[in-house]
Amino acid sequence: MMKNKTLGYSVIAASAVSVVLLIAVLVYMIAEIYMGGRSYLSWEFLTAYPEAGMQKGGIFPAIVGTVFMVIVMSIACVPVGTITAIYLNEYASRKSFFTRMIRFAVNTLSGVPSIVFGLFGLGFLIQFVGAGMDKALLGPGEVKWGQPNLLWASMTMAFLTVPVVIVSVEEALKSVPDELRAASLALGATKWQTIRKVVIPNSISGILTGSILAIGRGAGEVAPILFTGAAFFLPHLPNKLTDQFMNLGYHVYVMATQSTDVEATKGIQYATAFVLLMCTFTLTLIAILVRYKFRKKLKS
Amino acid sequence: MIADKKKKKNSLDRKFRLSEFLAEKIIKAVSFTSFAVIILIFLFVFRETLPIFSAKDNVKSKVEVEPSETYGDDSPSSGVDDVKGNYSTLMTADEKADLKNLMGTEWQPVSSKPKFGLWPLVAGSLKVTLLALLFGAPLAVLAALFTAVFAPKRIKEFIKPAIELLAGFPSVVVGFFALVTLASFFQDIFGYEYRLNAFVGGVAMALAVIPIVYTVAEDAITSIPKSYSEASLALGANKWQTALFVILPAATPGIFAALLLGFGRAFGETMIVLMATGNASTLSFNPFESVRTLSATIGAEMAEVVYGDTHYTVLFLIGSILFIFTFALNAAAEFYVRKKLLKKFRGE
Repeated sequence: MMKNKTLGYSVIAASAVSVVLLIAVLVYMIAEIYMGGRSYLSWEFLTAYPEAGMQKGGIFPAIVGTVFMVIVMSIACVPVGTITAIYLNEYASRKSFFTRMIRFAVNTLSGVPSIVFGLFGLGFLIQFVGAGMDKALLGPGEVKWGQPNLLWASMTMAFLTVPVVIVSVEEALKSVPDELRAASLALGATKWQTIRKVVIPNSISGILTGSILAIGRGAGEVAPILFTGAAFFLPHLPNKLTDQFMNLGYHVYVMATQSTDVEATKGIQYATAFVLLMCTFTLTLIAILVRYKFRKKLKS
Repeated sequence: MIADKKKKKNSLDRKFRLSEFLAEKIIKAVSFTSFAVIILIFLFVFRETLPIFSAKDNVKSKVEVEPSETYGDDSPSSGVDDVKGNYSTLMTADEKADLKNLMGTEWQPVSSKPKFGLWPLVAGSLKVTLLALLFGAPLAVLAALFTAVFAPKRIKEFIKPAIELLAGFPSVVVGFFALVTLASFFQDIFGYEYRLNAFVGGVAMALAVIPIVYTVAEDAITSIPKSYSEASLALGANKWQTALFVILPAATPGIFAALLLGFGRAFGETMIVLMATGNASTLSFNPFESVRTLSATIGAEMAEVVYGDTHYTVLFLIGSILFIFTFALNAAAEFYVRKKLLKKFRGE
């Protein structure tokens, strides 16, 4: 009997401790990165260009580059993800082969390693689509699209984030009560009208959550853009889709592993990592809050 | 269910409407994208590896046409046969050189005699992945058990977002943290020689694995029918006995799937290992030695290779291996769980 009780307490204690440990690690990581970059964080750091061979100055172009990439990415992945979710939840019959195929593809897509997306971007978008466009549109020997740039990097990232949107939107669509659909149909609305006027407005927060999560994911990933468009340093901001761009995550990686004097720029690295962390952190938090509010509204 | 009913009702007097028809077709076409992308990934990542397999044929025909050529330095085919080209008096020897080179135990892609042995990279990936699961999996499963069974509702609503925030950590930040903080921290404790090694990479990777294992395991545990725990409690078992002897065993397939998915995630993760493992390709069982993983190799070397040469092709081959491996893991996790769980809950 005694033995059993000890076992019981140890099970509960171990599981509680592991939760506490996880949260402690989370907090410690944020604190550590903040403490390391504290002295560099300022408004100027966010709005100035790098100077003196990246050893001084700010990270403005990296922030702008990340924002541009994320915008182009969202333009591609949010509509596609939303429409796929609508198909899966509203049109598809659950047992058809086509539906199962798409579901399997979405699951697989969310499990593909991010570096493989990078290779795909290089092999398909740059070497095949880009080079093909060059051949078709420009004279021989000219290269405009067949090289790493903002467009291809954003598209690569969009492939990676599309499952995030699909999962979120589908969850929201599922939570729209069937009575609403039935009422709309009973009033004589067609299926497409019902979806457009009833289902989508009622699941707008899910679309929002999905987009925010996708943006957070896209802003934080580095592996897919390593060789599809990110650049170490550029003196000007990207102003067209065929430009390369700087990126926060890539900046952290390059500064921490490949810059000439890693020790001298340690503070900048910490500060950049902190800025990136805060971006994704805020986005995730907003997504969580939006979903929480939405669920509460549904319950009441 | 209701969708089916709707369909029947509509079909009684369905008028043809162009907008309806177009909307459905367009939506269906767009939803095909993700499937198309999977196919395209498979095709195009694999396409770039083709020279490895066709190189053999080049050599074969070459040797057949000019059997007297034995020095093959100017062989146009590719670097793989250049390596052994000097000895290639026999066709068979040359044919083997390809596979032999890939199966070698050394990875030295940039040297006068490039060696593309994949084993050290595979071993490195496995080492880091297993270490990550060793640290991450127990923590994640226990945390999932706590959230799903023991935690009061208010605490639960706090834990789940916290783990989600951990999942939102960019892997490059985790890698950076491992590089600048964890590495020195563990070096002070264990006093090993190389600051960056498989152990540091494994611990950092655990942070990336925990959220996915936690989420799937928690799902599995909460999806156990209430009747299970109610029956157990009614028989006089207390809460932890129910958790340990009823709920946990019932959720085993789900937890196993969670581990598979975590394994796949860790195997393919790039930035963390690229920054935290030291990237020296060694073949040993010592966890405190630097390793180079499959994914990190692509990340580190792809930017510097010449388009279309052997090194480039081999990197794409590594990419194909990663893709096929994670694909198989995901498929296994999905089918295994679905079959097992369904069977169990139907009581077959």
